[in-house]
Amino acid sequence: MKTRLTLRINGEERDVLAPAHKTLLEVLREELNLTGTKHGCELGECGTCTVLVDGLPVLSCLALPVECQGREIRTVEGMAQGGRLHPLQQAFAELGAAQCGYCTPGILLTAEALLEDIPTPTRDEIKHALAGNLCRCTGYTKILDAVELAALRRQGEAQPR
Amino acid sequence: MMRLPPFQYLAPVSVADAVKLMADHGPEAMLVAGGTDLYPNMKRRQFEPTVLVGLRGVRDLAGVRRPGAGAVAIGAGTTLTAVARHPEVRARYAALATAAGAVSTPQLRNMGTLGGNVCVDTRCNYYNQSYQWRKAVNFCMKKDGEICLVAPGSPRCWAVSSSDTAPALWSLGASVRLAGPAGERTIPLSALYQDDGIQYLTKQPGDIVTEIVLPPSDGARSTYLKLRRRGSFDFPVLGVAATLHMDGPTVRQARIVLGAVASLPRESVEAGRLLVGERLTPEVIDRAADAAYRPAKPLDNTDLTHPYRKRMVRVYVARALRRLAGLPDEAEA
Amino acid sequence: MNKDRFSIIGQPLPKIDAWAKVVGETKFADDLVMSRMAHGKLLRSPHAHALIKRIDTTRARALPGVYAVITGHDLPRVKFGILPVSQDEEALCVEKVRMVGDAVAAVAAVDEETAERATELIEVEYEPLRSLMSIEDSLAHPEVRIHEYGDRPNVHKAVSLQFGDVEAAFAAADLVREDVFYFEGNTHLPMEQHSALAQWGADGKLTLWSSTQTPHYVHRLLSRILDVPPAHIRVVAAPVGGGFGGKLDPFAHEIAACRLSQLTGRPVKFTLTREEVFYVHRGRHPVLMWIKTGFKNDGAITGMHFRSWLDGGAYGSYGVASTFYTGALQTVTYKIPVYKFEGARVFTNKPPCGPKRGHGTPQPRFAMECQIDKAAEQLGLDPADMRRRNLAEPFVKTANHLTVTTIGLGECIDRVVEASGWREKRGHLPPGKGIGIACSSYLTGAGTAIYWNDMPHSGVVVRADRSGLVAVLCGATDIGQGSDSILAYLVAEVLGIEPKDIRVHPADTDLTPVDLGSYSSRVTLMAGNAAIQAAERLREKIFAAVAQKLEAQADQLAVGERRVFVRDDPERGVSFPEAVVLAESMWGVLAFPGSYAPPRRAGKYKGGGVGPSPCYSYSACVVEVDVDRQTGLVTATEVWIAHDVGRALNPLLVEGQVEGSIYMGLGEALMEEQVFRKGVHKIPSLLEYKSPTTLETPEIHTILVESDDPEGPFGAKEAGQGPLLPVIPAVANAVYDAVGVRIDETPITPEKVTKAMDSKRQGKPARVGPERLPVFRFPEARVVESAFGHPAEDIAVRPFASAPHPLPRGERVRGGGAS
Repeated sequence: MKTRLTLRINGEERDVLAPAHKTLLEVLREELNLTGTKHGCELGECGTCTVLVDGLPVLSCLALPVECQGREIRTVEGMAQGGRLHPLQQAFAELGAAQCGYCTPGILLTAEALLEDIPTPTRDEIKHALAGNLCRCTGYTKILDAVELAALRRQGEAQPR
Repeated sequence: MMRLPPFQYLAPVSVADAVKLMADHGPEAMLVAGGTDLYPNMKRRQFEPTVLVGLRGVRDLAGVRRPGAGAVAIGAGTTLTAVARHPEVRARYAALATAAGAVSTPQLRNMGTLGGNVCVDTRCNYYNQSYQWRKAVNFCMKKDGEICLVAPGSPRCWAVSSSDTAPALWSLGASVRLAGPAGERTIPLSALYQDDGIQYLTKQPGDIVTEIVLPPSDGARSTYLKLRRRGSFDFPVLGVAATLHMDGPTVRQARIVLGAVASLPRESVEAGRLLVGERLTPEVIDRAADAAYRPAKPLDNTDLTHPYRKRMVRVYVARALRRLAGLPDEAEA
Repeated sequence: MNKDRFSIIGQPLPKIDAWAKVVGETKFADDLVMSRMAHGKLLRSPHAHALIKRIDTTRARALPGVYAVITGHDLPRVKFGILPVSQDEEALCVEKVRMVGDAVAAVAAVDEETAERATELIEVEYEPLRSLMSIEDSLAHPEVRIHEYGDRPNVHKAVSLQFGDVEAAFAAADLVREDVFYFEGNTHLPMEQHSALAQWGADGKLTLWSSTQTPHYVHRLLSRILDVPPAHIRVVAAPVGGGFGGKLDPFAHEIAACRLSQLTGRPVKFTLTREEVFYVHRGRHPVLMWIKTGFKNDGAITGMHFRSWLDGGAYGSYGVASTFYTGALQTVTYKIPVYKFEGARVFTNKPPCGPKRGHGTPQPRFAMECQIDKAAEQLGLDPADMRRRNLAEPFVKTANHLTVTTIGLGECIDRVVEASGWREKRGHLPPGKGIGIACSSYLTGAGTAIYWNDMPHSGVVVRADRSGLVAVLCGATDIGQGSDSILAYLVAEVLGIEPKDIRVHPADTDLTPVDLGSYSSRVTLMAGNAAIQAAERLREKIFAAVAQKLEAQADQLAVGERRVFVRDDPERGVSFPEAVVLAESMWGVLAFPGSYAPPRRAGKYKGGGVGPSPCYSYSACVVEVDVDRQTGLVTATEVWIAHDVGRALNPLLVEGQVEGSIYMGLGEALMEEQVFRKGVHKIPSLLEYKSPTTLETPEIHTILVESDDPEGPFGAKEAGQGPLLPVIPAVANAVYDAVGVRIDETPITPEKVTKAMDSKRQGKPARVGPERLPVFRFPEARVVESAFGHPAEDIAVRPFASAPHPLPRGERVRGGGAS
């Protein structure tokens, strides 16, 4: 049986008709064609499918849309504003923090929540914030560098080239 | 993609409604809060409830309350992130703050609740597998099978209690408030558990854990140490929670509780007894650690080998006590 | 040639696909959706070894929403395998399953849930056979045959090579050590689960989009497997969400998708679950190793004898190559005048092993570098100095007839020793802390294709037209390593334009020239050289046209800053788009091919085809660890690595490859293991298969050394695999420095460390590692003369090269640069 849901995704109201047991991951990818959200295990064991719900990183593979009604959902597609990349996106691209790019959306969103919470995090704080996102390509080093750079730029201490 | 089996999702707004829905739907229904434990299990077909009673929308289930006389009550629906970050919890109940902050990953802690972690399903690497995997080994008694694959001669299931917060709460002397068809009641958290991998909780399935009540901290010192391979994601392969009430340099009361060594959190009463009336000298600590170590008998059903996990009981209990005593982790070689 | 003379090369530029990746635009295979698309699911065997007595799909076919159900009987009865010598796989097994996870049937249905339910309705009757789960098991039970072929019962391949008289070398040594090591199997674990979408059109032509590292081999094999002319098959490489060697074979889901699409007239997509990814595997072989080496008192090696036993799993895959690789590259780092290698790959009822990052070489590297550490201690030598003093020589041959070109290893060692504070730290760190060193070398592209042919290994077409557009067409696959970007940088450098002016199209067997695939660290060098050749051919035509217009000589022209101009009078020139218009007016359509095949250097002996490469990268690595003496937990706290990459075409990308290699190496050294119990994978999940997180990540210091290799594009060598190799032995050696115990097998788990420390306290050997070797007679070695120290052949002799080589080193003609 399908349920009608109204979800607020990246600032837009979207009506969805989906069975209650479809996870937010499935609804985003398969009903709304927001395929920027990836999946690596669907069991909460990798962080790949991370999205923000009311600003907090959560795993879309373990979230039910019915529980997200009335809350603000943010996916990687909603990070750039008006064609302008988020400083994290800019920094990830510039520093080579995305290799295969598959874990990148989840990491970007997790990092965005961190920077909202702690605008100038230490490297250790970044490591702890991203400890729920597996990446097999980068060894995380460039990712940590990119988050640091984005934090600096958000603070206006550096300008994009 | 791993997907959930179909179910009907009910969203009560009060505890009473939730209790009623559970009663109405009987064994077909299950409670869900954060979903971080239940949904993966459902995707692997460990559970196939046709009705889910979601607690997320229930009023007053989240948040920290001060019921008086120095006690602190934490709503079962409070996220683990909120528990770990709560200033009063951090200041007065360090073991709990540490344990809550050590659960899985930041994302899981944003979703998972304290009540959920207290009730988290026991784990076993013969059980936490997909349906196809379990079928390939003819299933185990915890789901769909006849025998325990860890201890085939045993009449019981040996799945492991894998909560981080339960040992911490137990050592802190916490109680849980339950709401059920017969009304509300409060029991010591230690009475919530029993040593069976399948029926690891004493509560009825329709009983809802609504609140965890911590007694006044009364100046007690507490800590929680977690053994695991990685600093994130992993369930404990050993947890050690210790709470000490001191009279000056002398231990007045001590509670040491082990996680992930049995199907329930296991208090080492003997270790606690050996500390009472003593100063926390390295020798006293070693005696207590030895007392905790001897009866522990983990089995081969988690990460790392069971002889190693047993051996680490001594190390981790001593280390927890040394930290509370302000001593370095390791005695000088 | 000075780096400053390049405009694009050497710059830390973003990857050309970075923007799409950070906004979520990149469409991976599972992101593809087509109208009327059906979803596929495979039914896999729950038995490790069993005969299939009966398969009944009736109930599955009857399930509403099911479009088609197939078994092996619905496919041509042909066995296949990635190597011509090991044709032993079936997409859907017909008579027998050889591992849990072997596919036996496939379903296409309206959605994935229905497809999965249908698989559960397929009835398969099995007759279980004894399963063989280890090398010892398989050798002990020759009466149980996993395959009917092989060098002996359950022995896929047994090889024996000898280069010179090793016994004499041992007799001449001051110290002869024999050591035994074990390297546990582990898997690639790309974050993207394999996915494929097939569409068999009404015109009878098939298109497959797949997350594959090698569209060409998939194309070739699909033709054979499906019995369709290759001209009617098109394989398009989707962006690959991590490969590491795990997406290099043709897989059952790809083949089933094609056949089901043909039967249903619908596009059919399969995406594997994480658990299935663990079963398709093709990852690191578990290898048991015995190594005997003779040393002189100054640390010089007199000779080496190496034996390896590989646990191959249920199928051949790349296993014959893997076997040779466990013996191939020992000789390229240090002087080893005589060498003997014996190896055997054994079939077991487990997922097949194959090429994972470093393919067959991390295991022997672990053994060899740990043994050198032990020998250094016995000889009273500093392990870094001992290695430094005995480096292989550049531009000569090794004992096993490999031609080595540039070697930057000496500088690598010096730089990590300096940066890490090795001399102050080693032996002087506080208890529980330790430091270790190891070195390594790796191929820059396999010198031979997996099937014998005289055609290019890499082809590129560079196309330009009046719009000023430059398109690069190449069959290589970007798996995240940035190979598409590298092609753009190289072409931009040659043409004096920006990478942004270039579009690099994904591999598409209809449109792009053949490239063999993303494996053996071959793309930068091979496709890169082809791209340079193609771009130079285009530039030559552009120069001719512009010269006419400017009334200058073509050889006086230069490119740069999106212009074509007179070198000595830069004001005289035209914009690049104008130049293209001139050239198109003069020559017609501008599309130029570049071809690359490696120099033919295979040793003239059986097995000589595995190991040769145009050039070899070198790495030296120092790891500092913190060992908890009570728990045995090892934390790598800091890593210094120097990597001889020939030339860093983009230092940012090279660093990324090095850092990723270190990460993967640390996972293998400390926690990752692909292990089995009761026939099934013990831990097929991202939770229990331990992949390091940010919190296990040490501070990494990457130093790039540039040796400007004459074989590489602008001097570049590989970076994607080699840096993994030294990490694992460096960790083991650091653990020894920290707590005085030798862990001679991976992963170095806390149990092993505490066990070894117990032994040490009890006065027993302070070691954990394998205690016995299989009883096994290797074939009689064919003794070949050692080629040690023979001068390299003329390095220029390679097919399809356009310029007469060799030019003086460091003075080669370059495309770009404004000067």
